[in-house]
Amino acid sequence: MTNTEDSRDANWSKPVDRLTMGAVPTEAINLNVTGKRLSGPLQGFGQLWQKTYRIRLEGADVAPDQVVAVWKREFGSFWPKGARFYAPFAEIAPGEVGLINQDVGGRQVLSTGVLVIYADDVSFTFMTPEGHVFAALLTFSAEADRGVTVVQVQALLRASDPLYEAMIMMGGHGKENRHWQATLTNLAARFGATGEATVSQVCIDRKRQWRNASNIRDNAAIRSGFYRMAHPRLWFRRSPSV
Amino acid sequence: MTTGTMNVEVRPISARAAAIAITGDVTSASEAPLMDAYARATADGAKVVILDLGGLDYMNSGGIGLLVTLLVRVQREGRRLMAIGLSDHYRQILALTRLDEAIGIHDTEAEALAAAGL
Repeated sequence: MTNTEDSRDANWSKPVDRLTMGAVPTEAINLNVTGKRLSGPLQGFGQLWQKTYRIRLEGADVAPDQVVAVWKREFGSFWPKGARFYAPFAEIAPGEVGLINQDVGGRQVLSTGVLVIYADDVSFTFMTPEGHVFAALLTFSAEADRGVTVVQVQALLRASDPLYEAMIMMGGHGKENRHWQATLTNLAARFGATGEATVSQVCIDRKRQWRNASNIRDNAAIRSGFYRMAHPRLWFRRSPSV
Repeated sequence: MTTGTMNVEVRPISARAAAIAITGDVTSASEAPLMDAYARATADGAKVVILDLGGLDYMNSGGIGLLVTLLVRVQREGRRLMAIGLSDHYRQILALTRLDEAIGIHDTEAEALAAAGL
């Protein structure tokens, strides 16, 4: 070992080979998480994007670490209608696995998840599993800027496979942007701040990684669709709502 | 060059390889000095860039994101990125994030050069 140990090392998740999902409510569709490996931007298929969503908590007397502490405890409560985040843990912490049920239209629900790979007092980071729409790293953070706390979501992501890439090119980017902008607006409202979340997106790599096209075998949308077809009790179930 | 708590030193190894020695903390704030170091390391045509992380004190998730964007740039330009001097902890982090599938990780510079066929 060449580097000295640092107490901050505990901010990182322990090594994870394959994900294990904890207990979730019975209404949740728990698919496409347990047994999956993580899949970051290097393992994805589509163009590589860096997206940054920000909102300034003007008028809110709250420090960055206080915002992140609340965000960790109540993460899913800030999501807009149509998406649910099931957290079988008290708060976001390194090594925890969260379940996502996302309405994708036509009463179809996409089930996937995330691993918390990193968390400190002012930020935390998710990495996605195989089959997720995005092969991604998502970092949630807050910082002080000229006396105002600014909250940010930054995503480094590729579509996981060719089908997802097509979906993203046909409106998926906008849907993703609206999700995180609404989340930040809801988080700001939690602290009595109003304002509009901004978005900036940069294409870092226009090339598609065709060697990863076979990722489609793990496509969570396809697998969730087959699961629904095989379970008639889900045919008339309403979309996830918060 | 020092930015925040990170220091980088560029060291040519041969006509085809160069090393970037990093000490201190690597975070998203390290982007400008790291990318500048990479540009200097490859200015004379080096095809292999070795990150010497033996002096790394700490890297947060922003630092991992930075390594991803550096790696994409390296691959786009037809070069190879390697890392040496990693502690067991950061070897685990690169394995966790699956960066170790694209960054060649070795104990020493000599081993990295040998693996690159130099």
